[in-house]
Amino acid sequence: MPTTPAVPRHQTVFGFPVQRLEDEPLLRGTARFIADLEPPGTCHVAFVRSQVAHGRIVSVDTDAALSQPGVVGVYTAGDLDLPGLGEVPPLPTGPRPVLARPCLAGDRVRFVGEAIAAVVAESYAAAVDAAEHVIVDVADEPAVVDPLSALEPEAPLLFPDHGTNIVREETISTAEDALAGADVVVSARFVNQRVAAVPMEPNGTLAAPRDGGGLLCYASTQSPFQVRAGICRALGREPDEVQVVVPAVGGGFGAKGGVYPEQIVVAALADRLQRPVRHVETRSENLVAMSQGRGQVQDVEIGAKRDGTLVGLRVCTVTDFGAYAWRGGISFHTSTLMATGPYRVPQLELSAYGVVTNTSPTGPYRGAGRPEATAMLERAMDLLATELGIDPVELRRRNLIGTGELPLTTATGASYDSGDYAGALEHLVERAGYAALRADQEARRSAGDRVQLGIGVSVFVEVSGSGSEYGSVRIAPDGHAICTTGSSPHGQGHETTFAQIAADVLQMDIHDIEVVHSDTAVVPRGTGTFGSRSGQLGGGAVVTAGEIVVDRARRLAAELLEAAETDIVLADGRIGVSGVPTRSFSWAELAAHAATPVGVEVLGEDGLFAEDDFEQSRGTYPFGAHLAVVELDTETGKVTLRRLVAVDDCGNMVNPMVVAGQVQGGLLQGVAQALFEEMSVDELGNPQGTTLAEYGIPSAAEVPSFEVGHTVTPSPRNPLGMKGIGESGTVGATPAVQNAVLDALAPYGIAHLDMPLTSLKIWEALASSAGR
Amino acid sequence: MVLVSVEVNGSSYQHEVEPRTLLVQYLRETLGLTGTNIGCDTSSCGACTVLLDGESVKSCTLLAVQADGAAIVTIEGLSGPDGALHPVQQAFHEHHALQCGYCTPGMVMAAVSLLAEEGQLDERGVREGLEGNLCRCTGYHNIVRAVLACAGDRAPAGAVDAVGAVGAAGGAVGAVGAAGGTGAVAS
Ligand code: FES
Ligand code: FES
Repeated sequence: MPTTPAVPRHQTVFGFPVQRLEDEPLLRGTARFIADLEPPGTCHVAFVRSQVAHGRIVSVDTDAALSQPGVVGVYTAGDLDLPGLGEVPPLPTGPRPVLARPCLAGDRVRFVGEAIAAVVAESYAAAVDAAEHVIVDVADEPAVVDPLSALEPEAPLLFPDHGTNIVREETISTAEDALAGADVVVSARFVNQRVAAVPMEPNGTLAAPRDGGGLLCYASTQSPFQVRAGICRALGREPDEVQVVVPAVGGGFGAKGGVYPEQIVVAALADRLQRPVRHVETRSENLVAMSQGRGQVQDVEIGAKRDGTLVGLRVCTVTDFGAYAWRGGISFHTSTLMATGPYRVPQLELSAYGVVTNTSPTGPYRGAGRPEATAMLERAMDLLATELGIDPVELRRRNLIGTGELPLTTATGASYDSGDYAGALEHLVERAGYAALRADQEARRSAGDRVQLGIGVSVFVEVSGSGSEYGSVRIAPDGHAICTTGSSPHGQGHETTFAQIAADVLQMDIHDIEVVHSDTAVVPRGTGTFGSRSGQLGGGAVVTAGEIVVDRARRLAAELLEAAETDIVLADGRIGVSGVPTRSFSWAELAAHAATPVGVEVLGEDGLFAEDDFEQSRGTYPFGAHLAVVELDTETGKVTLRRLVAVDDCGNMVNPMVVAGQVQGGLLQGVAQALFEEMSVDELGNPQGTTLAEYGIPSAAEVPSFEVGHTVTPSPRNPLGMKGIGESGTVGATPAVQNAVLDALAPYGIAHLDMPLTSLKIWEALASSAGR
Repeated sequence: MVLVSVEVNGSSYQHEVEPRTLLVQYLRETLGLTGTNIGCDTSSCGACTVLLDGESVKSCTLLAVQADGAAIVTIEGLSGPDGALHPVQQAFHEHHALQCGYCTPGMVMAAVSLLAEEGQLDERGVREGLEGNLCRCTGYHNIVRAVLACAGDRAPAGAVDAVGAVGAAGGAVGAVGAAGGTGAVAS
């Protein structure tokens, strides 16, 4: 029996920590992920991938592979002739074909791991064995493997026809000299290192010819409609000829957004072979083929008056897009949008460059630009605090944008909605016991303890939920509600939270709501799950559609009961005249009436159905304040995270349990970037972390439990007053932890170290500072 | 081909397998027990954890032939004869210890084994005991709570509360605590 939360029938469930309705198949092992789907006759793909970072493809010899047992075919770029993938977001000036990302590399390889050929065989083992026999002759070219070198005048060019490695540029200037009038200026260079997303389930696609023509594609994705659009464009198909279904998805974190070359290749092969074709990445493939996150070098100058009042900020960033423009532009733009954070910054000079390098392409990863911007600002604020001799919390207090100043549009174009940034900070300070922590730190410092304490704070505002999302509500003949959303979950709990939202609007029991998603043949359109958008946009559409259905129900009931519409109410799952239970209908009765000639006359053919595309062009701006406490063993350099306290504000919460889960997961990924993870390459562009043995993501043993709290400041921009919460954990925790470690190191004359703050890096810094 | 005889979830099986077949492949592909997931190729993630003669093993580290003669329990075999969730599965549900659910079968099997092996478990013990199982979604917070809840009275006094209390420390609004009615609502 599925366990059911004891939610009172016909009572609002909005705001309650209802246990998840989607858990059971996942707990029993009966949920189906891509790798669990294998229709009869499925053949399997192994990709032949580049082993060099940059070179011209001289030849691809597939003869030997073709004669291996079980091989169905071997396909190169020339065989499939697929169009390349464009840039996301596109430039206002239109697509740039010269920068397109090929689905299979044709004349040139640009990163280690780039797919060159697809080997299709009757079993995966046969495909892998045969792939060993594909002989690729590549004439090596010099590789450019870090973003700053890509800017050098003599740098090898990835796209000679483009003439430069710079693929994006933004400049914003509100002053001739952003630092004019400052008493104190602090400058620094920060490297926000590249990391891998590592969803526990790698990417995977299964495509099969569909009965009656067209293709049925299963994809492990965050955005089925984008996958469909990509496949249709590549294969010259109409949207109704390609159905994309998303089965259970083992995490995405931004990296399963958009459409991947491998997905298009698998669809093209199924189309050509008229057989089911499947590709599931190995982890080693995943760590080179899946888009990676962050990767930004930041030169910052921050100026202030003696009393700590900010005067201005001068910033130059270089963002590493990896080998293709593709999806790097998303984080790139967001990082400039959020460059001034929650502070009053009277003067700003910002220049941002996005460059291509011979490394795995980058794209959104949990936070996508906000963690980069926040880490930059929050490190700069701490350096400034040290320089001025002002407590870091106090310095922030003096510069936070006040509630009375909101809403406002920043110099970068961000349209902050509502917020109480100082409120979140004060809540944090109290909750964490900031004064007591500082006292403990002082005691350890004066005692010369081997284990020192570090305390790090960050305050942030981020952006969520831009664009639109589809939702509909239909009352089925048996009276239950079918709630359809264009959003597509991979762990966020949509089936529970969307049911809560619909239950609230329709005054129905949560178990009478069926949430339908993730199938382009059933959902007419949609955007997807990313950018912390689903609750507010998808939820907003469900609210709007649900309210229309309620209106229609009342209109029909009024007609049938010969009552005034204003006298018709929804109560206890019945629709009827207020206070007269005998003159009312159940949802099922009303649905039956809606199908009669009278019903059709009153409501039209739509009956008890409504849909909406909820739009929120400016997004919403969640915010919060995080505090980390670390212990630093000054002899070994080992850092132990002792506490991580998070105060987040995402407006109203549909399900606080799900919200807390989102925060906790994000916090760990923030800690992971601050302390543990880095995706690096050697000077030739060979990735150094192509297995989970080399690229270690943290286990339970590396972290404590987290302390999660909230303030609630509703957004005025959507009917539920919500803001996103999927990503704030990485936004706030990353700099809080980094600041905490550097706070512990302050007495040793170490002003800044870049992430990840490994024991070795810290030990070396301590050793060299002692030797000075 | 090599003959393998195993008992899986209480049923006996005999199959001719290629010698290179990993146990996880045998379970997933030959027996169709796809609840056991694969998350890596270096025995790092624990997504493939099953019980082999009562002890948790990563089924990608073993060849199927090495399991010859063994009794194996996978996630599909964990629920009771009446189909009820195992207490660890139930605790994962109640404590929201899964999000995408990909790590969950392995994590649950590892937790079952840990609970069986350890006389006493506190938070540190749970964290270290589950070190071989990676989760990218939950931050482990609720997984630890779920396992400690199962440890029940074997946990040193206060161990469960200690974790729960973190969320409520300082009297501020722990997200779950904030809902006031949590205890009543969450069964
Ligand atoms: S799949 Fe076995 S440990 Fe990762
Ligand atoms: S719940 Fe997604 S990996 Fe653990």
